[in-house]
Amino acid sequence: MSGPGGTTPLRVVAAMSGGVDSAVAAARAVEAGHDVTGVHLALSRNPASYRSGARGCCTIEDSNDARRAADVLGIPFYVWDMSAEFHADVVTDFMDEYAAGRTPNPCLRCNERIKFAAVLDRALALGFDAVATGHYAELRTGADGLVELHRAADAAKDQSYVLGVLDQSQLRHSLFPLAGSAKPDVRREAAARGLLVADKPDSHDICFVADGDTAGWLGEKLGDRAPNHGGDIVDDATGEVLGTHAGTYGYTIGQRRGLRLGRPAPDGRPRFVLDIEPVSGTVRVGPREGLRVTGLRGVRPRWCGAAPRAGVPLACTVQLRAHGAEHRAVATVTGDDAALDVELLDAAEGIAPGQAVVVYDGTRVVGSATIATTRRAVPA
Amino acid sequence: MPRPDPTASDARTYLDHAATTPLRPEARDALLAHLDAPGNPASLHAAGRDARRVLEESRESVAESLGCRPSEVFFTSGGTESDNLAVKGTFWSRHAADERRRRVLVSSVEHHAVLHAALWLGQHAGAEVELLPVDRAGRVEVAALAEALAAPETVALVSVMWANNETGVLQPVEELAALCRAAGVPFHTDAVQAVGAVPVDVTAADVDLLTATGHKVGGPHGAGVLVARRGVTPTALLQGGGQERDVRSGTVGVPSVAGLAAAFEIAVKAQPESATRLAHLRDDLVAGIRDVVPGAVLNGAAAERLPGIASIGFPGCEGDSLLMLLDARGVEVSTGSACSAGVPQPSHVLLAAGQDELEARSTLRFSLGHTSTEADVAAVLAAIGPVVERAGAARRVRR
Repeated sequence: MSGPGGTTPLRVVAAMSGGVDSAVAAARAVEAGHDVTGVHLALSRNPASYRSGARGCCTIEDSNDARRAADVLGIPFYVWDMSAEFHADVVTDFMDEYAAGRTPNPCLRCNERIKFAAVLDRALALGFDAVATGHYAELRTGADGLVELHRAADAAKDQSYVLGVLDQSQLRHSLFPLAGSAKPDVRREAAARGLLVADKPDSHDICFVADGDTAGWLGEKLGDRAPNHGGDIVDDATGEVLGTHAGTYGYTIGQRRGLRLGRPAPDGRPRFVLDIEPVSGTVRVGPREGLRVTGLRGVRPRWCGAAPRAGVPLACTVQLRAHGAEHRAVATVTGDDAALDVELLDAAEGIAPGQAVVVYDGTRVVGSATIATTRRAVPA
Repeated sequence: MPRPDPTASDARTYLDHAATTPLRPEARDALLAHLDAPGNPASLHAAGRDARRVLEESRESVAESLGCRPSEVFFTSGGTESDNLAVKGTFWSRHAADERRRRVLVSSVEHHAVLHAALWLGQHAGAEVELLPVDRAGRVEVAALAEALAAPETVALVSVMWANNETGVLQPVEELAALCRAAGVPFHTDAVQAVGAVPVDVTAADVDLLTATGHKVGGPHGAGVLVARRGVTPTALLQGGGQERDVRSGTVGVPSVAGLAAAFEIAVKAQPESATRLAHLRDDLVAGIRDVVPGAVLNGAAAERLPGIASIGFPGCEGDSLLMLLDARGVEVSTGSACSAGVPQPSHVLLAAGQDELEARSTLRFSLGHTSTEADVAAVLAAIGPVVERAGAARRVRR
């Protein structure tokens, strides 16, 4: 296939969620001369059980919206049942991660395992060349001939973070037609093209948590599994028990609200969740400076192109959560490429294990890893 | 952006007649002849009388086509409504007359219009629903019904389709109807796929209720029939003006019904010749597919089947992939499975006949009809080899 931005017509699967971004992405792929087939991914066998309303990506309404957009574009449209894969690779992983006291990002996981893996593999086997999505990120061909992933032109919408898990073989078969666009322009374009989803609200939160109540969903799904048992909320510095809770899944590092500690800290300052110990069910809280992190270790690294040389410190920037700030950093791949050590030159706050660290060289995504441990600026 | 012309038939091969078959010229003529007429058949003035005359002539024509009396023909919006009226309406009236009649016996391979109506009665109306088993070929086991009818005073009704919409397998309707007659239990049959494809005669088969619909035989969409013979009066689903002798309120769509009657007439008249022609085409299709894909499995092969339907399993492939790849080559078929919100479910019909989920999901339904030709068969045979190969490769990348 030709590189991104090339003019060779490709057979393209446009993943259509039912939202405005993927509809316009599909329209642009058609206009670029590609032979486009719209595909909506059914991620639940029982779609009503996922989101209701127009915010997510998994409802009957969304499926119908995607179908109508494909009608307007005059392209074939099918629903692909990816519910088994989605459940096994994304939903179960999400529960397992919370059960282990970590804070996963299911969107990255879905991109890595579903959209640019299960869907891409199926598309390639069926004779397609590429998968197009409505992500805001840019693909360029580098001097070495490799496909590079870059931040989108619209910094507010940039989604390169959730794509940082894609490797070269995935990027080579991806198209992001919205790369250079700003969201308001995409909405205007949708309206001009007669796509009825032009005014549809953006999706937020986690698509498979129907009402947005993640803690409630986890409480129900995890059942009696650890850490779905109560535990103590203790002062990180003194070890004093300040209160109790019904399950650690309801807590995320950096969380301030909903701790219900009753009595204020002696110094009157607000307290934050600093650490979660899933086995004992202990939630450790303390002052804000306890959240400051100066370094971290990531595991399961994924590289968009060639892996950086092991043991050689790389001056870079890192992003530690979706829509989070960029931090100057020095990243070093450990000898066996099993881990990534990151020293943060600008301290970060409230970094939760389970989230991804995405490494950038300017606007280019170098790769990513899953945060396993963090080094706190203020030792407990 | 150019939009596809929905009427363009350029090189399309339409083999989904069991979903909807193209409008017959006779039906179009009848439909158009009455489309501009203003009258409501319930009105007493001349325009109303004109409409009523067309309605009653259509009723007589349908009665003639189906082998029943005109007074036994009730017009509805289609097969789903007729099935719901037959199943729910008969349960309600029979249960109201005698509270012991709580059991609803339906085959496990019914169309969802019967199956879900029965299950609804189970969930909301106190019915006890029993699914009659089928053999490996998909035929209802007559002995199972005989056994279930051992206590006939507890049975509200029995419903078994004339021919299956996915596999085309014909059910032993006359034997089942005879058992019900002897037990004094009303017997309903969904004959939506059978009318025009095989001989269907309500009186000869001695069924009490029969569902048929227009668009499966070349009539317009939105018009169907429930035959309810004397002695069986389903309770109405809809309350309103009391049309159709209080069984089905709502103004009857006279032009549609005239189109339906014309389609039934021509389809029933042409049935013997059409059955021979379609069976020949179908046999060529099945043999040709097996030449190219030796592993292909004809579902229901051991049973008598409708002449126009071939349900074929392609081991190692997913029906969804096959459908998409054939569609891209201009060949239009169905997977024969139901969709739940666009998510394909494995066919309950094939599961009931003992297939596993993987086998059931590997199935395509090819259905021929009055416009099918040898060229359609040739188009499938030209496409099927590479399509099966690709779909097999796509299946192998899935875990």
